Amino acid sequence: MAELYQLTIHEAGELLREHKISSVELTRAHLDRIRAVDDKVKAFTLVTEDLALQQAREADQRLKSGVALSPLTGIPLAIKDLICTKGITTTCGSNMLKDFKPPYDATVMDVLNSTGAVMLGKTNMDEFAMGSSTEHSAFFTTHNPWDLERAPGGSSGGSSAAVAAGMAMGALGSDTGGSIRQPAALCNVVGLKPTYGRVSRFGLVAFASSLDQIGPFARNARDAALILQAIAGPDQRDSTCAPNPVPDYISSLNGSIKGLRIGVPEEYWVDGTQPGIVKAVRNDIEKLREMGAEIHEVSLPHTKYGVPVYYIIAPAEASANLARYDGVKYGYSYRDTNDMWEALEKTRQFGFGQEVKRRIMLGTYALSSGYYDAYFKQAEKVRTLITEDFTRAFEHVDVLVSPASPSVAFKIGEISDPYEMYLQDIFTIPANLAGICGVSIPGGFSNGLPVGLQLLGNFFAEDLILRVADAFERVTDYHNCWPKAI
Amino acid sequence: MIDRETVKHVAQLARLGMTEEEVDIFASQLSVILENIAKLQQVDVSGVSPIAHASRLSNIMRPDVPQPSYAPEILLANAPDQEENCLKIRAVFEES
Repeated sequence: MAELYQLTIHEAGELLREHKISSVELTRAHLDRIRAVDDKVKAFTLVTEDLALQQAREADQRLKSGVALSPLTGIPLAIKDLICTKGITTTCGSNMLKDFKPPYDATVMDVLNSTGAVMLGKTNMDEFAMGSSTEHSAFFTTHNPWDLERAPGGSSGGSSAAVAAGMAMGALGSDTGGSIRQPAALCNVVGLKPTYGRVSRFGLVAFASSLDQIGPFARNARDAALILQAIAGPDQRDSTCAPNPVPDYISSLNGSIKGLRIGVPEEYWVDGTQPGIVKAVRNDIEKLREMGAEIHEVSLPHTKYGVPVYYIIAPAEASANLARYDGVKYGYSYRDTNDMWEALEKTRQFGFGQEVKRRIMLGTYALSSGYYDAYFKQAEKVRTLITEDFTRAFEHVDVLVSPASPSVAFKIGEISDPYEMYLQDIFTIPANLAGICGVSIPGGFSNGLPVGLQLLGNFFAEDLILRVADAFERVTDYHNCWPKAI
Repeated sequence: MIDRETVKHVAQLARLGMTEEEVDIFASQLSVILENIAKLQQVDVSGVSPIAHASRLSNIMRPDVPQPSYAPEILLANAPDQEENCLKIRAVFEES
């Protein structure tokens, strides 16, 4: 039998419900795994061992009673450190929130707690979710389990690395421009960004409110579906959360994509994408064709404006959202002055890292008098055009397929130019701008490093992209490969 | 494209303290970023309306029913400075 930490969530769930293993055993196996490899990977900002074991014992009671069981009862998960956990530090990867203990749980935590899931700890991230490598964490950089000299992607790199290394069976992350899908791609796991409004964001530390979305990481599509099933749905505490009923995602995983129309956007084959990625993804598309899908070329003509639009809108929203960090209510506070303005400016100077400051500056500039129309207004209009591209495409196809990232995991320190780092999200950003859903799944390897295959679906078509992902996994073995570096 | 004066002005709008060295760094980095973003100006947007968010919803309303809230001590637990259940800040109008 495989090690306990290598089980999938659906396998472990069955064993738990049949009383063949206990949640305490399963949780201990993951805590042991964390002890064995996290010195090297550094995925966790905090391991909540005592709480995890307590939750595991409670889950075992519940499993014993057989009452109110969920597929996640007793399953150990990791949580990105920008999701509020009551009384447990939620740092957002920032010195600004280094000691911040939220007075409440995020809605997704309420939901996970009510299912009896086990929280192993909080995972590392780029500060305030701004970055594609975790190198912008104020604390340390997470290392990719596939090659410890390389970055795991970001911003949810701690969550993706933890799942890839067997330190958690699944995880929650957040995706504003690719922060779930890109690290999933670089770490060979499944990472799903739900439709905007599908999952409550109450208790998610805000970055860019018109783009942010919480979503799951797992080692296969079925497990991702189980986590999404738990966290999706309306929430009275989040007025942007959609009232649409949540379908049964598991029942949509029927293994068949016969006759499904899959679109390949021609604009997603851009110069600069590594040849190994192009090759792997072309192979994957052929595989989908062999499985019975109809492959169609489609055009999303405004794709090349995605990154520029994003780097106006996201920093603009961030500059407004991050205005709350004033050293008065919570968080880091500069004390060494009696002058109110100096205290405010130095709190922000010392509390925020370079990338966060860069984006606050960019956003403030784009919103400032004289530049608002040229930058912000123009970006919002081009955002409309990008959204309309998808609307037209989805009139002809059911799902779109592309690489998730232009490069495989890069070396830590390799990308020093901020704009070059921004381009890592070239294939993921458009979905956030349009609000549609997307998932990155293991799609092959290039020189031993994982390649992510991105599937994009229309609004609330999570069931469809998960069906394709699951069907693809039934005929491939990429998702079963474990990193050898640890 | 972005000079030091603009950086200082924007930093002041954002209430972001900054060293002279950072002013130089941001001037050059923001210039590079804005050069790359400038291609947005080429797009013909005549007749296109802006969208501010990706949601297809208008406001969702719920009845405004009073709910139990948190005790002040809980909400103030993270405050750097406080007095008599209030956030304490430095003097705004007095000379310091």
